Amino acid sequence: MADKIATREAYGKALAEFGAKYENLVVLDADLAAATKTGTFKKAFPERFFDCGIAENNMIGVAVGLALSGKIPFASSFAMFAAGRSFEQVRNSIGYPHVNVKIGATHAGITVGEDGATHQCNEDIALMRTIPGMTILNPADAVEARLAVEAAINMQGPCYLRFGRMAVSTLFDDSYKFEIGKGVKLAEGKDVALIATGIEVEQALAARELLAADGISASVVNIHTIKPLDEDLIAAEAQACGAVVTCEEHSIIGGLGGAVAECLSAKCPTPVLRVGVEDVFGRSGPAKELVSYFGLDAASIAAKAKAAIALKK
Amino acid sequence: MDKQRQTELAEIARKIRVGIVEAVHSASSGHPGGSLSIADILTYLYFEEMNIDPEKPDDPARDRLVLSKGHCAPGLYSALANRGYFPVEDLKTFRKTSSYLQGHPDMKHTPGVDMTSGSLGQGVSVAAGMALAAKIDQADRRIYAIMGDGESEEGQVWEAAMFAGHYKLDNLCFILDLNGLQIDGSLDQVCDPRPHDEKFRAFGWNVIECSAHDFNQLEKAFAAARAYKGKPSVIIAHSTKGKGVSFMENSCDWHGKAPNDEEFEIAMRDLGER
Repeated sequence: MADKIATREAYGKALAEFGAKYENLVVLDADLAAATKTGTFKKAFPERFFDCGIAENNMIGVAVGLALSGKIPFASSFAMFAAGRSFEQVRNSIGYPHVNVKIGATHAGITVGEDGATHQCNEDIALMRTIPGMTILNPADAVEARLAVEAAINMQGPCYLRFGRMAVSTLFDDSYKFEIGKGVKLAEGKDVALIATGIEVEQALAARELLAADGISASVVNIHTIKPLDEDLIAAEAQACGAVVTCEEHSIIGGLGGAVAECLSAKCPTPVLRVGVEDVFGRSGPAKELVSYFGLDAASIAAKAKAAIALKK
Repeated sequence: MDKQRQTELAEIARKIRVGIVEAVHSASSGHPGGSLSIADILTYLYFEEMNIDPEKPDDPARDRLVLSKGHCAPGLYSALANRGYFPVEDLKTFRKTSSYLQGHPDMKHTPGVDMTSGSLGQGVSVAAGMALAAKIDQADRRIYAIMGDGESEEGQVWEAAMFAGHYKLDNLCFILDLNGLQIDGSLDQVCDPRPHDEKFRAFGWNVIECSAHDFNQLEKAFAAARAYKGKPSVIIAHSTKGKGVSFMENSCDWHGKAPNDEEFEIAMRDLGER
């Protein structure tokens, strides 16, 4: 595990890198370029960067107009505003006509930290999942964030990309392969499957170590694509381990946990416990402290894993 | 514009109005009032103003029209059908389960529809994005958006106005259908969004006013918008809701209601079909 870097940093760098390779790439922001890191692209390609001001709903529409004219627009804001405030614009102007717009949403989840609950979006995955045809990518580290950006550029159709504010460990190296819709098994195990997404992948890997110390063998799967969900891999893991814990920095309602439970209830009924933000709003505090406060840390995952194993028949 | 062309356009507009009423009557639902108020505007756009070809509805070089007031789909569909994008006969399938003519415009399934719309306030932003793309491409295509006066109560309309003014999108032209009526009553009874001219000017727009039912005035207005450089233009088109059908004119009752068989016959007489 090398340097810590936030996935939003990697997002900004990736846009600037791919701006050279993809001349139709254009980037929109809503007065948050310094925070979403689209400012990195703006510096490299000022003629292809358009600040829309603090008017996210119009920004989504402008992105649609650009996409319908052959551009590949990334519209950026905090997850709270991109998915939350602009949900209906995303649904009706991007989703329903299936327009090739990429939504780069940063500052997702409680690791926004001190800004507190108004800016901590724990609902974006749930909202975006309900839109038919929406692809949802939630990278775990800087390497995956970069690959997710290029994969989004190269796919046709709406794509929601979720990035975090907090610096996180780099888990993967240059040999890491990323394919939309394909989960990645990071560690073998037989007693319980830890199915994680985003920054919780790192916590799940740490939880696996804690469990190993207690003689429990846990597999770890990285679900970077929440939609379309890799149902085959999830069902296979559930079948093999007999108990599942989902791990996400998102509400336990409607996110990865919901998606996995929906999948397994039909494909392979298995005990599923969900690690995530319980049905509460966030609060101010240092991001790292909030990870523990809201029960998203490795110890909390390990405890849930033991509880899930106890549910096995 | 010479008299003969005016007469020709008036006849096209009459046919478009007939198509509107037939579509709504056949569906037993839909929005005739606002569709009839923009029938002449649509006629001018599709038969005079826009650089379009029904044979090539996806031509990247074409001009675009976004019907931001998407509930007036019967007007758009009738104009497209009469222009040759699809059979006029298909207007009678409007809103039917098996039809490609959805209750609100669906670009995925209807030739000539440049943007899916229906949720008010969103189409104008898309039009602004299309205009920005044309600027990036240094292309001379023009982008039009028809919006409602009631629609102008949506905040997003003014976000779009701010954006287009800021980026000086002079290839963009909004047409505001000022018929003065919305669902719950007249503008002043509901939540008056006027004055529009001062608001658009404040956001850096060129403002033009004209009658929505006079082809000479429409010609001058669209020419003035085209000629104006450095700012987007809005044509505030003073219209009569329900124009052309006696009992629908100036009545918000006919915003979103279909005529029964008896009313349909009266409408057809009003429109010279009987």
